[in-house]
Amino acid sequence: MFEALQFEFMQNALIAGVLASVICGTMGTLVVVNRMAFLSGGIAHAAFGGIGLAFFFGWPFMFGTIGFSLLVAMVMAAVTLKAKHRSDTIIGVLWAVGMALGIIFLDLTPGYNIDLMSYLFGSILAVPDSDLWLMFGVGVLIIGTGTYFYNDYLAISYDEEFAQIRGVRVKFLYFLLIGLLAVAIVMIIQVVGLILVIALLTIPPFIAEKYSKSLFKMMLYSSVLSIIFTLMGLWLSYAFNLTSGASIILVAGAGFSIALALERLIARRWI
Amino acid sequence: MNHTVIEIQDLCFSYNGHPVLKDVNLKVEKGDFLAMIGPNGGGKTTLLKLMLGLLVADMGSIQILGIPPAEASYRVGYVPQDVHINKQFPVSALDVVLMGKLKSGKGWSRHSREDRIDAHKAMDMMEMGVYCDRRIGELSGGQLQRVLIARALITEPEILFLDEPTASIDTKGQREFYNLLKELNDTITILVVSHDLMVLSGYVKSVACVNQHLHYHGQAEVTGEMIETMYHCSVEEVCPVELIAHGLPHRVLQVHEDD
Repeated sequence: MFEALQFEFMQNALIAGVLASVICGTMGTLVVVNRMAFLSGGIAHAAFGGIGLAFFFGWPFMFGTIGFSLLVAMVMAAVTLKAKHRSDTIIGVLWAVGMALGIIFLDLTPGYNIDLMSYLFGSILAVPDSDLWLMFGVGVLIIGTGTYFYNDYLAISYDEEFAQIRGVRVKFLYFLLIGLLAVAIVMIIQVVGLILVIALLTIPPFIAEKYSKSLFKMMLYSSVLSIIFTLMGLWLSYAFNLTSGASIILVAGAGFSIALALERLIARRWI
Repeated sequence: MNHTVIEIQDLCFSYNGHPVLKDVNLKVEKGDFLAMIGPNGGGKTTLLKLMLGLLVADMGSIQILGIPPAEASYRVGYVPQDVHINKQFPVSALDVVLMGKLKSGKGWSRHSREDRIDAHKAMDMMEMGVYCDRRIGELSGGQLQRVLIARALITEPEILFLDEPTASIDTKGQREFYNLLKELNDTITILVVSHDLMVLSGYVKSVACVNQHLHYHGQAEVTGEMIETMYHCSVEEVCPVELIAHGLPHRVLQVHEDD
């Protein structure tokens, strides 16, 4: 493992893994407590439409994808706010249409020779310096916003009606949250790919939730868990020549199972 | 002294095309202790949410403290019905109470030392002082109810709305709880939604029967100590909520003459 660290791509992969983990831990916590896992999956898959558009029109990848994801995310936010009981269906439709759009645009792109797999399952071993800086910027933005509005988000997530009565700007903060989520998801796609984003967003917070006394601690523990899963997955992927994104998710999945088993054992007082 | 804190005129509200409330009129004076009773699905909680600005009426007008509900809501304390929402949520009892200190449009949302002292005081008042650091999932229904009441109290409300506040509290706890409300009533107008008027009877000053329509029975009619409750929910009843005096087959509240 250690001799691998002298390669620049490996150093970048580690930094990307840590940055994505902090982004995941913070946003993932808000996703889990607000029950937005399905919506996150929808944004992640619809983001593929942005990837297709970016290639077809020759836009820079990141900006095309972030732009399109933000657009889809805002539509989803509006729908989930207005028609709550039908929102799952509409998210499902946007999920599929976004992906289909991406594939058709890639079909239409002349001289198409893009490695589709790297977007579906991530390409953490090929993160350029510029993307690291972007991830760093997004991380700062998310942590800054999360700190500034911490108590507002806490109140909205726990009891939205009460927050609204207190005059908290529920709608604005909801749109802001989903906007940040869209940007975060595009960053995480780099690491584990769009198919596996939901796992990295939800597994660490799910495990952390039981042992956290506050939302902040849940974010902190999730970030740490996420770093552990990412680095272990990365090592497995290097050692056994496996797909990195899938390795990371399998490690997270194993962590999930162990956490559930531990919880059962504790509940039955076997430990 | 006598001025109106809640004024509802010709209010109608329907949900998915089904009328929930029709032609509701209500005037609540400052210092009142109003019980809103009626069958499940009769529109009590809906009316409460309309008064809090969480729902918007189809027709008619609501004025809370002389202004529209959405603008007045931060001057109103609210204790919701369902205390079991989000029980798994990673938050301590004290942090839930502190949510009562959130202010409209306040950006950097740190709680001040004074806020924390107030929150501790409110928890002590509800005899929940030792539970401040507990996670809400570890509290019983009754304890959580007290936390939510403490949260409503530190908003320093001018009106306090409580939706089925004693659903999770045992009979002894209920009496203590209503004694506390009676004390609070010296300075705060209180509106309680309940299906159980019996425990309320010694405390309320007026009663509103809600079943699509609303019938208000003012202080003159409600002779507190004697009321026991027993109500039928059939549509044929003149008043959907019938009150019978203790031991006597005698209606305490007057028949709604406008029916």
